[in-house]
Amino acid sequence: MKQFQYVRPSTQQNVIAAIAQPGTKIIAGGSNLVDLMKHGVMSPDKLVDINKLPLKHITQGKNGVHIGALALNSQVAEDQIIKDHFPLLSMALNAGASAQLRNMATVGGNMMQRTRCPYFYDVAMPCNKRNPGSGCGALEGFNRMHAIFGQSDKCIAVHPSDMAVAMAALDATVTVVGRKGERRIAFTDFHRLPGDHPELDNNLAKDELILGVDIPANNFAKHSYYLKVRDRASYAFALVSVAAALDIDNGIIRSARLAMGGVAHKPWRLTNAEKALAGKPATTANFEQAAQIAMQGARAYKENEFKLKLAPASIIEALNHAAGLV
Amino acid sequence: MEENQSGSSQGAESMEDNPRRNFLKQSTLLTAIALTPAAAVKAAENHLDEKVAAVFEKMPVTIEINGKVHHLSVEPRTTLLDLLREQLDLTGTKKGCDYGQCGACTVHVDGHRVNACLTLAVMTDGKKVTTIEGLAKGEELHPMQEAFIKHDGFQCGYCTPGQIMSAVACVREGHAGSEAEIREYMSGNICRCGAYPNIVNAIMEVKAGGQQV
Repeated sequence: MKQFQYVRPSTQQNVIAAIAQPGTKIIAGGSNLVDLMKHGVMSPDKLVDINKLPLKHITQGKNGVHIGALALNSQVAEDQIIKDHFPLLSMALNAGASAQLRNMATVGGNMMQRTRCPYFYDVAMPCNKRNPGSGCGALEGFNRMHAIFGQSDKCIAVHPSDMAVAMAALDATVTVVGRKGERRIAFTDFHRLPGDHPELDNNLAKDELILGVDIPANNFAKHSYYLKVRDRASYAFALVSVAAALDIDNGIIRSARLAMGGVAHKPWRLTNAEKALAGKPATTANFEQAAQIAMQGARAYKENEFKLKLAPASIIEALNHAAGLV
Repeated sequence: MEENQSGSSQGAESMEDNPRRNFLKQSTLLTAIALTPAAAVKAAENHLDEKVAAVFEKMPVTIEINGKVHHLSVEPRTTLLDLLREQLDLTGTKKGCDYGQCGACTVHVDGHRVNACLTLAVMTDGKKVTTIEGLAKGEELHPMQEAFIKHDGFQCGYCTPGQIMSAVACVREGHAGSEAEIREYMSGNICRCGAYPNIVNAIMEVKAGGQQV
């Protein structure tokens, strides 16, 4: 790991002033950043430790819940408000990483984590995300883990977070603050597709700090399921994951929320499938139809062709679980 | 004659070993004290309530480790794992993968298990750290250590300290309810040798015993 300066400001203003300087990175839990620094993928000149800021709280209001950016993944997953009202988020968080890492990782940091694409991690390999213009090693290389939606010829990496998939499905919004003040970003607009600039993972400005995430109140708590398909039973990144949430009244779906992980550069919200489900009976046949709609536009590579079958099967499985049919 | 000489010099070296280490530690500390004020003054001038460590500088930190308060100086890039092993000779905590994947370095920080290899030591300033060396009360082993011995929960033993620290946390967190739950919540300790069923049995027994862990 290269040497760096370290500062631990105790006010928001001082954090914002510090991060505006080039070569500066925020550190919260460090579970991804320290790893990347050890691999030489990221080498910031200065780390701004934000743990003195009071951003750990989870508070319930009339319209939903607010989760501070520094709330730990384990803290959110075990929180009674979250377990009672947003079990999808608890399930997604507990499907991610290990107990040790969930005790370190924060909500804000989880959103900021980088892809686990092996070509991004190996500094000897070409990678447009790590080194713009160097090419994409995964395009014709080992691309078993890679994207089937929204990718470009510059980058086919996927976003690794489970938490973010649930947040996207639950219509969360992110509050950030910078020198120009606060602004809110819909969770589904926070992360970017690669396009011509895969080096940009998200729409956060360089001088902005994530303050927290708000999830609006909903009627999905009874019929939520997070399905994560991976190479081993636990502690591995998703090949495909599905966040499914249904509002069911007398067997009829009033409203549906669906998002996938492991298939795109960002949490992949399935709005067309959601629309198709609304007003229909909660049956496996309708879930199969929704899965078919969700897969429109999917494009695979040499080694991840299996995802074209795995993804729709996972959607059906997750919806069946959410509806209580299995 | 030669044998005698080498014998005596070896003896002298081992006697000197500790004082030499102590001298190195003390001189490092003095260097740190000499270097730190400039940054601190700069921070004060900027009216920032900050702790600042410039490149090449060490930072003073106070960490309670296994009940003992340590005033230390660390380079910002030093991980908690390296601080424990290299500066404090607490070598019970093991370095496995060093990238947060194997769990061999698991320690408790303020009561929560974390990977010491991905924890920057400066970020544990003011916190309480417990390592495998801090579990036993003198000669009396922790119930989890007793259970690991009873159930033969180790083969080569390298992963054992991390497994035990995770096992204690697993019970404390309330995630030792069934074999399946234990396996899930021990999955961050990735070593899976023939002792693994024994590790699960040890945790089941401690949980069933209802002792304070």
